[in-house]
Order: sequence, then C-alpha cells, then structure tokens
Amino acid sequence: MHELGIVKHVIKTLHDVANENNVRRIGSVTLEVGEVSGVVLDQLVDCWNYFREKDPLVKGAPLFVERVPAVTFCTSCEKEYPTVAHGKTCPHCGSTETYLLKGNEFSIKQIEAEVNEDA
Amino acid sequence: MNDALFDVIEVRAGVEAENDRYAAQVRDFTQKKGAFLINLMASPGAGKTSVLCRIIDALSAKYRIGVMEADMDADVDSHTVTAHGAKALQLRTGTSCHVDAKMMLFGLDCFKEPFPDVIILENVGNLVCPAEFDVGADLKLMILSVPEGDDKPLKYPLMFTVSDLMLINKIDTAPIFDFDIEKCKEHVRKLNPRMEVFPVSAKTENGMESFLLRLEALIEQTLAEKRKGAEK
Amino acid sequence: MIKVIELKRTVTDSNDRDAERLRRELKERGIFLINLMSAPGSGKTTLLSRTITDLSGKARIGVMEADIASDVDALKIDALGAESIQVHTDGMCHMDAGMTKSGLAGLETDVQIVFLENIGNLICPAEFDTGAHRNVMILSLPEGDDKPLKYPLMFQKCDALIITKMDAAPYFDFDLDAVKKRVRALNPMIRIFPLSAKTGDGMEAWENWLLNEWEKQKNA
Repeated sequence: MHELGIVKHVIKTLHDVANENNVRRIGSVTLEVGEVSGVVLDQLVDCWNYFREKDPLVKGAPLFVERVPAVTFCTSCEKEYPTVAHGKTCPHCGSTETYLLKGNEFSIKQIEAEVNEDA
Repeated sequence: MNDALFDVIEVRAGVEAENDRYAAQVRDFTQKKGAFLINLMASPGAGKTSVLCRIIDALSAKYRIGVMEADMDADVDSHTVTAHGAKALQLRTGTSCHVDAKMMLFGLDCFKEPFPDVIILENVGNLVCPAEFDVGADLKLMILSVPEGDDKPLKYPLMFTVSDLMLINKIDTAPIFDFDIEKCKEHVRKLNPRMEVFPVSAKTENGMESFLLRLEALIEQTLAEKRKGAEK
Repeated sequence: MIKVIELKRTVTDSNDRDAERLRRELKERGIFLINLMSAPGSGKTTLLSRTITDLSGKARIGVMEADIASDVDALKIDALGAESIQVHTDGMCHMDAGMTKSGLAGLETDVQIVFLENIGNLICPAEFDTGAHRNVMILSLPEGDDKPLKYPLMFQKCDALIITKMDAAPYFDFDLDAVKKRVRALNPMIRIFPLSAKTGDGMEAWENWLLNEWEKQKNA
C-alpha cells in the first residue's frame, strides 16, 4: 500500500521544512504532480486526509494538486508533442529518438504556513 | 523501532474502512447487473495471464467475459486477453501496487452494454498490497507457482488468509524444484481452513479441468442467486 | 503571521537526506550495505546462503531480513554462521532509510558487508532510498522474460541484476537475450549476472563484482 508510504514521507519532509523556516502550523500544501509520474491521486488524497488529522502540524490542511501535462521532445525533428497521446513515437516525423521533457514531477511546490512571531 | 511520527497502523485502518464502503457499492452494482466478479491475485510471473486465458477459453462460449487489466506499464496482457476473445479494459493504476474498490467501481462503469456476465480483474503482480483491499469481488482467486517455494504462506499470510480458492501453478515443474505440495497445503490449512486448493499447470492443462468445473459451478450458483434477487 | 513558502522539493526529500547521511555513517563504520530486491520466491535466500558460504574467510557478512511476517529466512542464515537480524515492517510494503537505520542498530558483530533483504515486491521498494551503497535486483527465470516491460522502475534503479534459477532453463520459455536487451534499454549501465545458486554456475562473476564494488566503496 504505497500511497500511504508516500504521504508518510511527505509529512516527514514537511516537518523538516517547518524546522528550517520556524513554522508553527501549515495551512495548506500544494503538490506538483506530473501526468506520467504514476501517482494515483485519489489514493494519495485519501491517505492525506487521514494522516492530517493525526499530526498537529498539518491538522485540517487541504492538499492541492497542480497537474503538469507530460511533454516529450523529439531529437530528430526537434519538435515537442503530448506524451500520453503518442508515447515514444514522434507524431511529426515518426522517430523514436525521443525523451520526456516534463510530466514526471512529484514535488512539494509550496506551503501556506503560520510562522512563529519570535525573532 | 519505527520512527513514524504517528500510528501508521491506525491510519491504515481508517483508509481500509473507507475502501470497504466502496466495496459494498461494487457488490450492489454487480448484484444489479447480475454479474460475477473475480479478483485474480498473484506474484509477478506466477502465471496470472496464462490462467486467465484458460478461463476465458473454457467459459466464453457460455458467458460474456470482461477483463480488467491492472498492470503497471505495459499493455502486453491486454493484447493476449483480447486475442482469446474477451473484452479487455486497461485500468490506469500508475505505479500503484494494488487496485482498490474505488478504482474497481470506476472501471466497472466503463464496460459497455451488454454488460459482461463474468468480470475478471487481473490485479497488480504483488503478494502484499492487493490482499489488503477488498474490491467487492465474489471470488478471490490466488495463484502460487511451484518455483516460488512451498513456504510462501508463512511469509505472506494475509494473501492466503483472505483468498477463497488457490491454484498451485506450474505443477509440471515440481520435480526440479524442492516443492512439497502436502507441506504447502498444510501451511495454508492452518491459515485458512476453507481455502480450496488446486494443483495445476496452465501450460500443459494438467489439473485445469477440475478447477474449471469448480469455477463454473461457483459462477452458476452465484449468478442464479443474484438474478433471482434482481427479479424480486 | 501567514507566509507562502515556495519549495520545489521532492516529496521524499526527507528520506533522501536520511539515506545520504546513512550511507556516509555506514562508510565511516566500515559497512558496505546492499539492498536486495525481488518478487517473492525468486531465490533471494538460496542465493544469499550460497554467497555467504563462498565468501567465508573473505568478508564478515550480515543479513537484515525485512519481512512482513515469519523468521523462516533468518533461521536459515543463522545456521550458516552469518549474523542475521529480523525487521518486521508492520505491513508496510517497502523499507526506507529510517527503518534501515533502526534495523542496523540491532547488529552486534563486526560485519563488513550487510545485505538488506527487502520485502518481496517488485513495485514499492524501488521508490524509496534505503541508504544502501548498491541496489541489486533478483529476477528468477520462471518469472518470465517480460518483467522489464512491466516493472521498469525497479530495473532502472538497480546497479546489478541477478537472474537466478538458470538451471531450470530447459523447462521454461525464457529468452535471456531479450531480457538483456530490454533491461539495457532501461538502464545501459546495469551489470547482469545469470546464475544458478543451486549448481554454482555463474556465482563467481557475481561474487567478484561484489568484492570489487566493496573495494571501490572503501576507497571512494
């Protein structure tokens, strides 16, 4: 069951961020999730909704997801195309000398946080 | 020992309870449609696709069969299954290590009319995670293959506990691996006394007839009950 | 005061940093850690048993068994005179750096090479850095030659691939060349070792690689 494992790691990373930035409480978390990153969003959000109730740092904080469309670059004709529709084969020239430009991301983009007032 | 900041076990219980609610919806759906749902689970390489093709060959004259493929990156299996005459749906499970009931519900909605009589979910190749998620199936069918070893029930007890019927596949290779069928059956009996065990070879068809007859009987009985229920 | 903090940090950042730290600590302690991953029944324990026996006198070996249940394997390893520790993962389908570090704290003897036998699962373990110095995957011949097509991440992340149960080749349709081609398309640098832990064929190449990598790590 690994979306559970992923959320556990997200929260661990958020604790590091909180320590580095003197954060008391996190109001929201925005993730960047690439179209072909393989993340199952439903499961991720379900797991998050359970975990956030257990940890005062993120209690009640909603999880926002920004989806990054997957784009592949063709080294033969130097054009880009949408990855999911065409896969490895370039629709412009038919070459398979292609690589993924973006769409594989899975990162924490930003958080809204209550910072401690003290100096 | 575990440096988790909170109780993972407790959270998992909450997530699984949510899944059970969806599983109940799946059961309602298949009851209404008069369909029989099989959750086919095994390790990678145990022979899920071969067994699946044998099932399709045996039953497709009598039943409309739909298959849901939940394998990670390739549609290798979908092509094989379609070639045997069943309708195949590819579930986009991403890198998920299992299928859950919510995915199952969405998947079922994608089958066009006439709705299949028998639906088989080829679950992700994994002995761990799929056992934890009830997808609302009428039959949980698992495959253990001889090369994997007769001690697998000791190491992956949950899978063996939740399943209804188990195939010991690649039985034709038993002489070259140290596989003790009786010892394996005994391990299984201790975990799950009601598990039905069939040693088979999907490749040579050895033992398949008994299994397929049993499967057909289960399907007939369940479909008859469901369709009687729908008439009321 | 509410602030928006821009991050662009990978979700496993915290674990990744723990893993880097663990790698350094282990190097200082003189321990070479190998993360062994595979499907259930691939022959991890048989391979390890043979490796331990073959390397006796050359390296002191420890094994960390990560299993959801049962100590069947730990007992087998103990019988060979290598230290073995059992880590139960409470049902989690993979090990991470934190769990590995806790597990290693249980080592009592002066081991030099430690094998982490990760959970028998081809999906989840590949995603989480355990802090190991090398990742090795085991694929057994009966599982089939299409595994690289279905579980690409595992093959991408590993430094070496061991193909076990090669002695069973006459009984299965396994195309070794096809596997090598598929794997190298995913990971051109990967080393491939077809072998049989049962007959001993091919074990020497794997063991030489292991000892060489250990030397490299000591001098890194």
